Amino acid sequence: MRVKAKKVDLAEGDLTPMIDMTFQLIAFFMVLINFAQTESNDRVKLPSSQLVKPPEVALEFPIILHVAQDGEIILGGDDYTAETLRVGLRKEIAVIEAEGKSIDDANVVIRAHKDTAAGDVQEVIRVAQDQKLENFALRVKEDRS
Amino acid sequence: MKIRNRDEVGQKNELNMTSMIDIVFLLLIFFVMTFKIVELEGDFSVRMPLAGSGGAPDPTELPLKLRLQADANGKLTTMSLNEINLGTDFDKLRGTVISLIGTEAPIEGEEGPEIEIDTDYNLRYEYVIRSITAVSGYKDGDEVVKLIEKIKFAKPRT
Repeated sequence: MRVKAKKVDLAEGDLTPMIDMTFQLIAFFMVLINFAQTESNDRVKLPSSQLVKPPEVALEFPIILHVAQDGEIILGGDDYTAETLRVGLRKEIAVIEAEGKSIDDANVVIRAHKDTAAGDVQEVIRVAQDQKLENFALRVKEDRS
Repeated sequence: MKIRNRDEVGQKNELNMTSMIDIVFLLLIFFVMTFKIVELEGDFSVRMPLAGSGGAPDPTELPLKLRLQADANGKLTTMSLNEINLGTDFDKLRGTVISLIGTEAPIEGEEGPEIEIDTDYNLRYEYVIRSITAVSGYKDGDEVVKLIEKIKFAKPRT
């Protein structure tokens, strides 16, 4: 008896719904992606407060200081201690003055880890005060609970 | 002459989707990996000139003094406001502030009372923020009632 060889067709699923979903996911992530995350630091977990709200206008001339749990200070990607922070602050002040502004226009934003020692934050403030900086912003996470 | 229809009846012209799907999945993986939920942040604005640079302080307007004490692990053990012992209760701290300064009118700018926070060096920063929250105001529904806006720190304790 002669057996006919069956012609094997490739089973092709309908890819349309999958492509639809994938494009929707891409659109979702594209809209929500935030490339400007220069203000955040992985070593800092902010404390939270119910009273703060995100500012409507951004601070002028911010000098962002991250204070890690071990008290190390991060300014512009460089690590400092309370003793060496003066050097980093002077660089920032030089930039502000080069733009024709005074020190009074600068805002020191302190992003300190919630478990860091309060004394370390006070030291940061003291060093900044020594450089004639007066405006400080203690940054915290908004607590909506 | 008979002309044959070369296309077979019912055959679809299908585009090759493989390369597009490859790219789309690469894009998707990129966005998923770089995605980070942004937490909303706000500031407690504090104006703290170096002591002595703002002229002689007015002795009739002495700031409230909040003393925060910590144990060896940095945990808050006691709070006292102008020598009134408050334990570790931040609601009590807020109540004491209200009783001391009143809430008749919201305080604006530089004219309000001032508080000086004197904390142990090793106290966790979180407790300082909680105490600042307690003395700065409270939430009444969606409205924020402000209490003290002028906050400063005492000299760091070593």
